[in-house]
Amino acid sequence: MHDRRTILPIDEKPSSPELHIPEPLYRPGDKPDFSHIHVRRSDNLERPDVLVDSYETERHAGGLIRVMNMDGDASGPWMPDISADTLRQGLRSMLTVRLMDDRMFAMQRQGKLSFYLKSRGEEAISVAQALSVRKSDMVFPTYRQQGILVARNYPLKRMMCQCLSNAGDPALGRQMPTMYSSKEYGFFSISGNLGTQFIQAVGWAMASAYKNRDDLAMAYIGDGSTAEGDFHYALNFASTYRAPVILNIVNNQWAISSFQGIAGGQSKTFASRGLGYGLASLRVDGNDFLAVYAVTRWAAERARRGGGATVIEHYTYRAEGHSSSDDPSKYRPSEEANAWPYGDPIDRLKQHLIKLGEWSDEQHAELLEELSEMVRETYKEAEALGSIASGTGIDPKTMFEGVYEHMSPKLEEQAELSGVGSWRE
Amino acid sequence: MARMNMIEAIRSTLAYQMSKDDDVLVFGEDVGYFGGVFRCTDGLQETFGLKRCFDTPISEGGIVGVAIGMAAAGLRPVVEIQFSDYIYPAYDQIASEAARLRYRSNSDFCAPLTIRTPVGGGIYGGETHSQSPEALFAHICGLKSVIPSNPYDAKGLLNTAIETNDPVMFFEPKRLYNGPFDGDPDKPALGWDSSEFGEVPDEEYRIPLGEARVLREGNAITVLAYGTMVWVAEAATREQGIDAEIIDLRSLIPLDIETIQQSVEKTGRCVIVHEATRTCGFGAELAAQVQERCFYSLEAPVARVCGWDTPYPHALEWNYFPGQKRVAEGLAKVLEAA
Repeated sequence: MHDRRTILPIDEKPSSPELHIPEPLYRPGDKPDFSHIHVRRSDNLERPDVLVDSYETERHAGGLIRVMNMDGDASGPWMPDISADTLRQGLRSMLTVRLMDDRMFAMQRQGKLSFYLKSRGEEAISVAQALSVRKSDMVFPTYRQQGILVARNYPLKRMMCQCLSNAGDPALGRQMPTMYSSKEYGFFSISGNLGTQFIQAVGWAMASAYKNRDDLAMAYIGDGSTAEGDFHYALNFASTYRAPVILNIVNNQWAISSFQGIAGGQSKTFASRGLGYGLASLRVDGNDFLAVYAVTRWAAERARRGGGATVIEHYTYRAEGHSSSDDPSKYRPSEEANAWPYGDPIDRLKQHLIKLGEWSDEQHAELLEELSEMVRETYKEAEALGSIASGTGIDPKTMFEGVYEHMSPKLEEQAELSGVGSWRE
Repeated sequence: MARMNMIEAIRSTLAYQMSKDDDVLVFGEDVGYFGGVFRCTDGLQETFGLKRCFDTPISEGGIVGVAIGMAAAGLRPVVEIQFSDYIYPAYDQIASEAARLRYRSNSDFCAPLTIRTPVGGGIYGGETHSQSPEALFAHICGLKSVIPSNPYDAKGLLNTAIETNDPVMFFEPKRLYNGPFDGDPDKPALGWDSSEFGEVPDEEYRIPLGEARVLREGNAITVLAYGTMVWVAEAATREQGIDAEIIDLRSLIPLDIETIQQSVEKTGRCVIVHEATRTCGFGAELAAQVQERCFYSLEAPVARVCGWDTPYPHALEWNYFPGQKRVAEGLAKVLEAA
């Protein structure tokens, strides 16, 4: 069973019906100490048959599935069958995401981008998951799964152009930075309204099943947004119609400034919510590339074989601010990210590869240099197409297009009024 | 040619669309085996099978959410929200998601879905079975909003709505399901067999969205109405012997402003009639557009006859409902103005 303290410090037994306002363990000025969390890998969470009854995943929903220990050794029942090449590909994608994040964040600070969202600390989730399903499986991401596009080899320049809102953005600069969209790469248009897409993914999966295809959908939601109704709609519909969907909860501990206890995370794991809907539910070390890969393969196979949806809670830590508009030192100790006991997903995979004899510090340094250069050069090419600082190059006329399939007379009139020209000439 | 009420017209159109296109799915609360609380989907599950027409959990946000996902995946869902009063949990999905998916993805994704929902009062439904929330949807860019006033139009408009590659709100005036209603609850109810608009051709036809119907031509005053109020306005002008031009909008978005403008320029007077609450109702938009386009043709201020700005009361339903008397007073005021 899970160690309760991995979720919350043990409270004093209550003696009166006092209003409880959850508070995180540490605030700025405190010294974060997570020594009560045991990060030993526990091998008692077996890998059940993929078509197991959902209630048999109860221990998996309350525990924590891990494959790698903190030294990079990997073993146990969830050890996936994965090649060293795939692992290196994963490492490369994660590094690319991190370097791109750093670059784009710096460019935001220079005023080239209006906004940016990094995924530092959470790269293993998106990259390992992208590598464990098919490109034809549609993902419904939040804004912290840029790793999926990178792992699916979406052109980095196009991502950067989206962030720069320039003429190279396939969506014409209509969305804030990081709100990517690509049907071709199985990446659903991101909505900045949190939670809404969780239920849409279930609909996509229902359509896939209706058409007798075995493609699945993969949805994402944060710990904070599980409090939205959409989360419960999704679990309910997924269960009712046995939709082939993987419902991922990325528990990165923080929803902007609110810790996961504010979303109800103090008394039960987020994964365990799936059990109440009759869904297989797994809780995984989200900083363990191998474990994320393994549970996703399990859930995907379950879905493709008609077993329906799986809820996966990825237990991780948002190592940086929510976004470029956020300053996490205002609400949590700045050392907390380093004190987080589950380490860094990139370092951990690197160590694992080195232990396997499939990687070295020298190779890693070379790769870092190669990718840094690539990110720098790609960014230059992207910025040459414009930015909000230098001019985006987006034709103002396009603002009026695409509201509907066909231009409406009302919008034609408004376009003319705005002075951007006419379609009627 | 068949005689149909609006329920039969809607049901037969759904059946036609489902037989024509396997991607058309119909679902909502109680719409499957039972056939819907207003019977609009009666028999569809039996004819097309469980997977084409099925019941959903009581979860309007969930219904529209899955419909968006399905539509993005290439299906053409037609969902029912049992009463428009229940639609608010789905508002985020409709306004933030369905309406904007095409735009924000530059047409990479779109959501061709139809949301059918009964509107309006007159059935003693109280505050939770009587509302007319059309203005809340007409305000959202990316949506189309349609409201038929008779079986003939219901068929033609629903065919177009389902075949449209954008999300369409399809409002069904529930008081008109079984027959036209002139606003007088004390008269025996009439069936659609009493009206030429209950004659529905067997062949399939489409009515373009954005084409109003001039229900009756006239020269003294223009009456803009939609849904149930079309028939209340028609009766009021007939009873009063007013040479009114009655325009049934049929579609709010897109709006047939050309037809409205031509009429108001001809009559010089305009009354707008709707059942929804007055403040920020769709009549406000109509009044604004009429004065923008026709100010120098107007001989009197544009008037609105609407529901009061109160919740829809149960016992006092007919005090709330803008019946013939209130419409006649509105007409008189505009006709008497200099």
